[in-house]
Amino acid sequence: MEYAVQMKNISKSFGSINANSNVNIDIYKGEILALLGENGSGKTTLMNILSGIYYPDSGQIFVSGKEVSISSPKEAFNHHIGMIHQHFKLVDVFSAVENTVLGIEDEKFDLKAATKRIEDICGRYGFEVNPQQKVYDMSVSQKQTLEIVKALYRGADVLILDEPTAVLTPQETQRLFNVIRSMKADGKSIVIITHKLNEVMEISDRVAVLRKGHYIGEVETKDTDPQKLTDMMVGRAVSLNIRRTDPVNPVKRLEVNNLSVRNSEGVQVLKNISFTAYGGEILGIAGISGCGQKELLESIAGLQKAESGSSIKYYAPDGSVNEMIGLKPAEIMDMGVHLSFVPEDRLGMGLVGSMGMSDNMMLKSYRNSPGPFTDRSPSKKLAETVKEELEVMTPSINTPVRKLSGGNVQKVLVGREISAVPTVLMTAYAVRGLDINTSYTIYNLLAEQKEQGVAVIYVGEDLDVLIELCDRIIVLCGGELNDVVDARTVSKEEIGYKMTYLTGRGSDPREDKQ
Amino acid sequence: MTQILSLIQSAIIFGTVIMFGALGEILTEKSGNLNLGVPGIMSLGAIGSLMGAFWYEQSAAAPVPVLCLLVSFAAAMLFSLAGGLIYSFITITLRANQNVTGLTLTIFGCGFANFFGGSLNKLAGGVGQISLPITSKAYRAVIPFLSNIPIIKNIGWLVYAGIILAFVLQRWMFKSRAGLNLRAVGENPATADAAGINVIKYKYFSTCAGAMISGLGGLFYIMDYIKGTWASDGGIEALGWLAVALVIFATWRPRSAIWGSYLFGLLSWMYYYIGGLTRSTSELFKTLPYVVTIAVLIFVSLRRKKENLGPSALGLSYFREER
Repeated sequence: MEYAVQMKNISKSFGSINANSNVNIDIYKGEILALLGENGSGKTTLMNILSGIYYPDSGQIFVSGKEVSISSPKEAFNHHIGMIHQHFKLVDVFSAVENTVLGIEDEKFDLKAATKRIEDICGRYGFEVNPQQKVYDMSVSQKQTLEIVKALYRGADVLILDEPTAVLTPQETQRLFNVIRSMKADGKSIVIITHKLNEVMEISDRVAVLRKGHYIGEVETKDTDPQKLTDMMVGRAVSLNIRRTDPVNPVKRLEVNNLSVRNSEGVQVLKNISFTAYGGEILGIAGISGCGQKELLESIAGLQKAESGSSIKYYAPDGSVNEMIGLKPAEIMDMGVHLSFVPEDRLGMGLVGSMGMSDNMMLKSYRNSPGPFTDRSPSKKLAETVKEELEVMTPSINTPVRKLSGGNVQKVLVGREISAVPTVLMTAYAVRGLDINTSYTIYNLLAEQKEQGVAVIYVGEDLDVLIELCDRIIVLCGGELNDVVDARTVSKEEIGYKMTYLTGRGSDPREDKQ
Repeated sequence: MTQILSLIQSAIIFGTVIMFGALGEILTEKSGNLNLGVPGIMSLGAIGSLMGAFWYEQSAAAPVPVLCLLVSFAAAMLFSLAGGLIYSFITITLRANQNVTGLTLTIFGCGFANFFGGSLNKLAGGVGQISLPITSKAYRAVIPFLSNIPIIKNIGWLVYAGIILAFVLQRWMFKSRAGLNLRAVGENPATADAAGINVIKYKYFSTCAGAMISGLGGLFYIMDYIKGTWASDGGIEALGWLAVALVIFATWRPRSAIWGSYLFGLLSWMYYYIGGLTRSTSELFKTLPYVVTIAVLIFVSLRRKKENLGPSALGLSYFREER
């Protein structure tokens, strides 16, 4: 088979994080290649390099055997490489045809001729696109189709699709696969970035696997099975030596029953989730990103509206039991349930970037001081304590927190939540983007909280950490609770498999014992 | 009857001032730059044209009308371009807040114009003594065969130039490749960038060209509306804000700015032709253009048609996505 693209020894780092290190990948003409890997394994970065979004730090790219340098999406198109991103790059108020010709300069500006060509492309591959339709009137699947048409219109021979099925219904996915097959029949090369094993098995000819920025290997799809792929994807378990003590007389704190949530578009993001969280243990939540982790934490914190029939019961230390659904976030916080949510951008939630540590501390407590004026001294004292105990590196407690490094911002956030002496502490992606040492500081903080009897809920993406830090792990798959596993006995492969394959509701190991 | 005729004429002249202002601002806003410095830029254009014409008419023994036009036009363009460049550099290159920059530019432009307007007054021998008979007359020249029609017999050629400009801009924005690119920049700069469009270049171009068109409004104000003199009465600033309102009223379409500006002119001058108004009640009438703009905003927002709501990225600085 002929090479369409060869990428050799590609490395790319962002700050101290190596997104890709010495990755080699070949794409043949007329094949469907699945690029498989967990979140943060560097799949998208690698393909962004090929499509001109990022420029590699080192390495070579060959297109049809010739070495090329690709520094912009436009140059990628000149080499007949087109990428369809997860976030569509379309102008809402433009029609399909206007979006298609946008930025093309080497042909006459003639929307009628362009419409004709779009119709030709649609006829050839079986797309359904109305060239005059405005993008804001299109469904997600139509927008995706338009993006593919746009790439083909520019003469793409290598098409990269970044998690194309994440936003599609099963029927739409099948339609997309048919289109992909007809493009392959036409001699195009298609790369699908994904972490869904069943789709890999169904559509691809070959699979290349990345893990933590490294190239692991490639196999012919017909010679492999989901279990083997999972092993390649998650790798052998690495020992991290995170401090973990056995839970001491765990007490029931949170009981979640049949929790269902729909997002603003009406899509069900959580389906009948039921579990219990105990004080004195760390409950991990594993899952591919976007499988409902965020919604789950937000519903507990009162930031998401749950469907009727859902119930979240809080068992307070004084023995009272309260239903939390319907309560305001502040009321839930006053009960001792704290959300220390750390989303992608650390300052997005929880902290105000332009305010200093002490003012950020005050955000949670200013309501308690009487009268119209705030009392700044307690928060100042608290900021000093957090700064000292967690070793926050900051010139002063009044330095705007956006000027601090990621790890220090994280410490401020977690420190503030811990200082409120919570009974339930929820964190998500608490160590994302942090170096090893800071990560361990955070793990130890959480372990300490657990030892003091706090029910810690930890949403994480690194399976090694989840297995070593948590006591039990909930595995989410597509918004459903797939299983609750014992972190001390479970294998990494098992979690990886359950994250990608819905195996049916398993039993909670603790509840079996009791 | 003569009253109505003269109302319509006043409305057209008044409307043309804000039409130029609004056309420039539409071009600017289509690139996603909300330039609230329109009143300042119009003042700069006004004082530029005044200074140019004053200098030429004073220094030449026998001023030639064509040169009068050229000198004052060039000066007006230069001054308003400077305003546009200041705004572009601060908001596009330095990515400062657009609202603050625009408002500051308005304060600067108006102050600058009033300062030099006062100096010119002094040079001319006192307040209201500036007169530019030749330049003003050249700008107010009527088009021969159109001047036979009674309702528009006193309308100068710049009014028609404005109408033609509106049609040209409309066609350019909605029917050309560059127009498509420009609208993409204003709607979704990240997408435009990914498509290989030079976002910065388009923003600079349309903001500077827009400032020059707005500056024409100031020139028209001096040469036609107040017939070649100067008054530091804040008149240009008031009209500048009306121009900004007109952009919304016209839902960012140059063609709609034509009739919109005349309607604003009618509403603004109506008080003059309605009998029995006191000073205070006539002020109420002058608010009509703004009331109509608010009504249009409500109507447009209720209809929720995305095309009428203005560029989606309006007022936002563009940062290229970087990790």
